[in-house]
Amino acid sequence: MIGIQHYLVVSAILFVMGVLGIFANRKNVIIILMAIELILLAVNLNLVAFSAYLGDLVGQVFAMFVLTVAAGEAAIGLAILVIYFRGRGTIATDDINRMKG
Amino acid sequence: MIQALAFYLFAALVIGSGLLTITARNPVHSVLWLILAFFNAAGLMLLVGAEFIAMLLVIVYVGAVAVLFLFVVMMLDIDFAELRAGFARYALFGLAIAIVLVSEMIIAAGAWSAGSLELAQRIAPTPNDMPNIQAVGGLLYTRYLYLFEAAGFVLLVAMIGAIVLTHRARSGVRPQNISEQVKRRPQDAVRNINQPSGQGVEL
Repeated sequence: MIGIQHYLVVSAILFVMGVLGIFANRKNVIIILMAIELILLAVNLNLVAFSAYLGDLVGQVFAMFVLTVAAGEAAIGLAILVIYFRGRGTIATDDINRMKG
Repeated sequence: MIQALAFYLFAALVIGSGLLTITARNPVHSVLWLILAFFNAAGLMLLVGAEFIAMLLVIVYVGAVAVLFLFVVMMLDIDFAELRAGFARYALFGLAIAIVLVSEMIIAAGAWSAGSLELAQRIAPTPNDMPNIQAVGGLLYTRYLYLFEAAGFVLLVAMIGAIVLTHRARSGVRPQNISEQVKRRPQDAVRNINQPSGQGVEL
């Protein structure tokens, strides 16, 4: 069986790649959302790897909850994106300052 | 041997397609690379025996979330070339942050020691005599029933939120008004008259 370190290394690389994607594509909200999905995938990979190697099923249950939240987040994020595009005609993050947050 | 080969194949493909997801010029290509990354991550999970999560990943992510992304990317008419301006500058900054993150992870992993694993403390040890899906299902519907219901509510709220956000009341259409229809009574709509013959009907 492949050691757990291998899985941890893969998911760490994937996680860092998601963070890099957020910064590199910081103008394009769609790619930022995809990068967030990559980060959540890395987290899920970690949870499943630990669950398998410790022989404890709770990690897989937890991964399912993470998956649920990720699906909801993607749906809401894309809905906000669609109404924002309808109002402004662009999705550049530099222009998203209407809320003055 | 075949397991190690499969692991390295899936791992290389998931990392490669993850990299292409964040660097592809065309966001449609990005979504397609994301789908490949999800498939290979599902393969990685299959290798350690987490069949339920692997299938969930394929069904939920590839079948729903990625298609949603694809739908939105293709539906909105966006000038992606303009959004890509300054990619190299931002990527340099992102690379600096990524290097910091990686070195922090290496330092933390080097300083961490696992101690002795107390396997007796496991909450739900993996049963040997039943398939993974049955075991996870049994756990979800007993010990984590309330959390499972809460996850369902999260999805319900997300669905209602997405509908409310994107719903648009359009003028110039004639939609059905259910409450008006239900409120209508026979005495408002029907009139019995004794019509004499040879005269026109008064409406």
